[in-house]
Amino acid sequence: MIQRTPFADAFTYVLMVLGFLLLIGPFIVILAGASQTLQQVNSVPFQFVPQDRLLENAAAAWSRASLATALTNSLIMASLVTFGKVVLSACTAFAIVFFRTPLKHFFFWMVFITLMLPLEVRVVPTYAVAADLFHPFRLLIAALTGIEVSVEWNLLNSYAGLSLPLIATATGTFLYRQFFMTLPDELAEAARMDGSGPVRFFFDMLLPLSRTNMLALTTIMFVYGWNQYLWPLLMITDPSYKTTMMSLVALLPSENGTPDWNVTLAGSLIIMAPPLIVVAVLQRWFIRGLVATEK
Amino acid sequence: MDKHSVFKSWWLPILFALPQIALILLFFYWPAVAVMQWAFTLEPPFGGAAEFVGWANFQDVFADPFYWNSVVVSLIFSLCGTVFTIVVGLVLALAVERQLPGSGLFRFLYILPYAIAGPAAGMAFRFILSPERGLMASVNAIFPDFWNPAKYGSHALVLVIIIFAWKWAGYTFIFLLAGLQSVPRALTEAAAMDGAGPIRRAVDIQIPMLAPTLFFLLVIMMTEGFVGADTFGIVHNTTGGGPNHGTEVMVFRIVDEAFKGLNYSGASAQSIVLIGLIMVFTFIQFRFIEKRVHYK
Repeated sequence: MIQRTPFADAFTYVLMVLGFLLLIGPFIVILAGASQTLQQVNSVPFQFVPQDRLLENAAAAWSRASLATALTNSLIMASLVTFGKVVLSACTAFAIVFFRTPLKHFFFWMVFITLMLPLEVRVVPTYAVAADLFHPFRLLIAALTGIEVSVEWNLLNSYAGLSLPLIATATGTFLYRQFFMTLPDELAEAARMDGSGPVRFFFDMLLPLSRTNMLALTTIMFVYGWNQYLWPLLMITDPSYKTTMMSLVALLPSENGTPDWNVTLAGSLIIMAPPLIVVAVLQRWFIRGLVATEK
Repeated sequence: MDKHSVFKSWWLPILFALPQIALILLFFYWPAVAVMQWAFTLEPPFGGAAEFVGWANFQDVFADPFYWNSVVVSLIFSLCGTVFTIVVGLVLALAVERQLPGSGLFRFLYILPYAIAGPAAGMAFRFILSPERGLMASVNAIFPDFWNPAKYGSHALVLVIIIFAWKWAGYTFIFLLAGLQSVPRALTEAAAMDGAGPIRRAVDIQIPMLAPTLFFLLVIMMTEGFVGADTFGIVHNTTGGGPNHGTEVMVFRIVDEAFKGLNYSGASAQSIVLIGLIMVFTFIQFRFIEKRVHYK
C-alpha cells in the first residue's frame, strides 16, 4: 500500500473536483439554462439551479428545428457507418491474418495508409466522386476500350452518400487485426482438424470471440457517425435528409429576435444525448477499443 | 505478421477484403490522387479540359496574406489545444490513479465530453461564454468589454480553443490513465518507502515512464488540431472564421475556398500544403522528441 498523507489526499480531491467543474460543469450550465424561462436564462448573474421548464423548452426546440426528421436521419447514418465498419473491418482483418496469400501485405498497407489522410483534407475531390460516382469507371472503360459511356449516378441526398465515404477508412481493421493476432494458432488448427472451413471458422469461432471488440468499435463508430458535421453539410441539400448537426443552425436564436437560449440549450441537449448515452453505457468497452485502436 | 496464415485458399481472402478495398479505392485513393492532380491544374469555371499550370496555384496561395493568417491561426489553435488537453488529462490521470474512494466516479465522468460533437459543444459554449449572459456577463459588468468574442478575433480564438480542449481532455485522460496503470507498482511503492511524496513520485517516476504515451498524444493531438473533424466543426458553427478572420483555421479556409469561392485548384493546393505540414510535424516530433523518450 502506498503511503497516504491527509494533505496529499485532500489535494487529490481538490484536483478531481476542479476536473469535475471543468469537464462536467458545462453540462450543468446547459441543463440549468435548458430548464429555465426566457427571463431566467438571460438573467445576470446566471442561476445554476435547474428549473421546471425543461419539457416545454424541449418541445419548442423539437418543432423549431424539426428534430424528429433530424434524429431519425442521424440515427440511420450513425447505424450504417457503425454496421459497415464493424462488418467490413472484421472481414478484412480475417483476410489479412488467417490466409497465406501474397496479397495480404498489399491489403495491409493499402488499409494502413488510409489512417493518414482524414476526410477533411480530401473533402473536395471526395465530394466530386460522390456527386458523380461513375466518373472513375467511365475513365477506366475509356482507357481500356476507348468507348465513352455516359452513365451517371450521384450519391448526393442519399443515405449511401452520407455513410459510404465515412466507412472507407481503416480504423476498425486494426482493432480486429490486433485481437486476431493474440489468438493461439491452435484455435484455427483445431477448427481445420474438425473439418470446418475458413468461412465456418470465421462465423462460428472468430466472430463470437470478438464480441468485446465489436462493442468497443460500435461505441467509437456510433459517436463518430453521429457527430459528423462537414460531410452531411456538403452532401445534403434536401431538408428531408438533414442530420442533427445541420439542425444546430436552426436552433440558434435569430440575430435580432428573442434571445431564447433556453430553447436552444434544450435542443442541443437532445442532440447531445444519444452519443452521450452510448458512451456512458458502453464505457468499459469504449475505453478498451480506444486504447487498442490508436496504439 | 505471419503468425497465423493457416488457410490456403487464394480467392477467399480476396473476397473477404474486397468490399473494404473497393470502398477505399473509390472514396479514398481516387480522391487522394485527384487532390494532387487538381493542385497543378486550373479547372475552367465553365467546363472544358483542365489546363496544367505547374506551381502557379501554389504561388497564388502563398501570395495571399489571408492564407498566411490561417497558417498562424492554425498553429496557435493546434499548439494551445494540444498543451491544454495534455496538461489537464495528465493532472487528472495522476489524481485518479491514486485510487481514493470516489475516484471511479470521477473517471467515469471525465470521459463524457468526448461523446459531444464539436459543433454542438460550440453552440452550448456560445451561451456559456457569451459576453451578455451566462458566466462572463458578471465579469463584463465589472470590467466592460473584458470578454467579447463576437468583436475581437483573439477572444474568439480563445473561445474555440477552450471548446476543443474541453472536448478532447477526456481523451488524453484515458490514454494517460492507461499508461499510468502500466507503471510497475513496485517502483512507486519503493519510492514511497524511501520517503518520496506523491508529487516527487509523479515528477521522478510516473511522468518519465509516461513519455511514450505523452509523445503519442502530442502527435495525435497536433494532427487533430490541424485537420481534425472537430476543428472545422467548432470554427464553422461557433465563430464562422471571424471576427476579422481571427479564427480562420486552415481546414476552414480550404472548405471555404472550394465550396464558396469555387476555387478547386486553390483549395487542392492548400490541401497539399496542409498534408505536407502534418508530415513535417510528425517527422520533427519523431526526430527530435523521440530521442528524449525512454522506452522500456
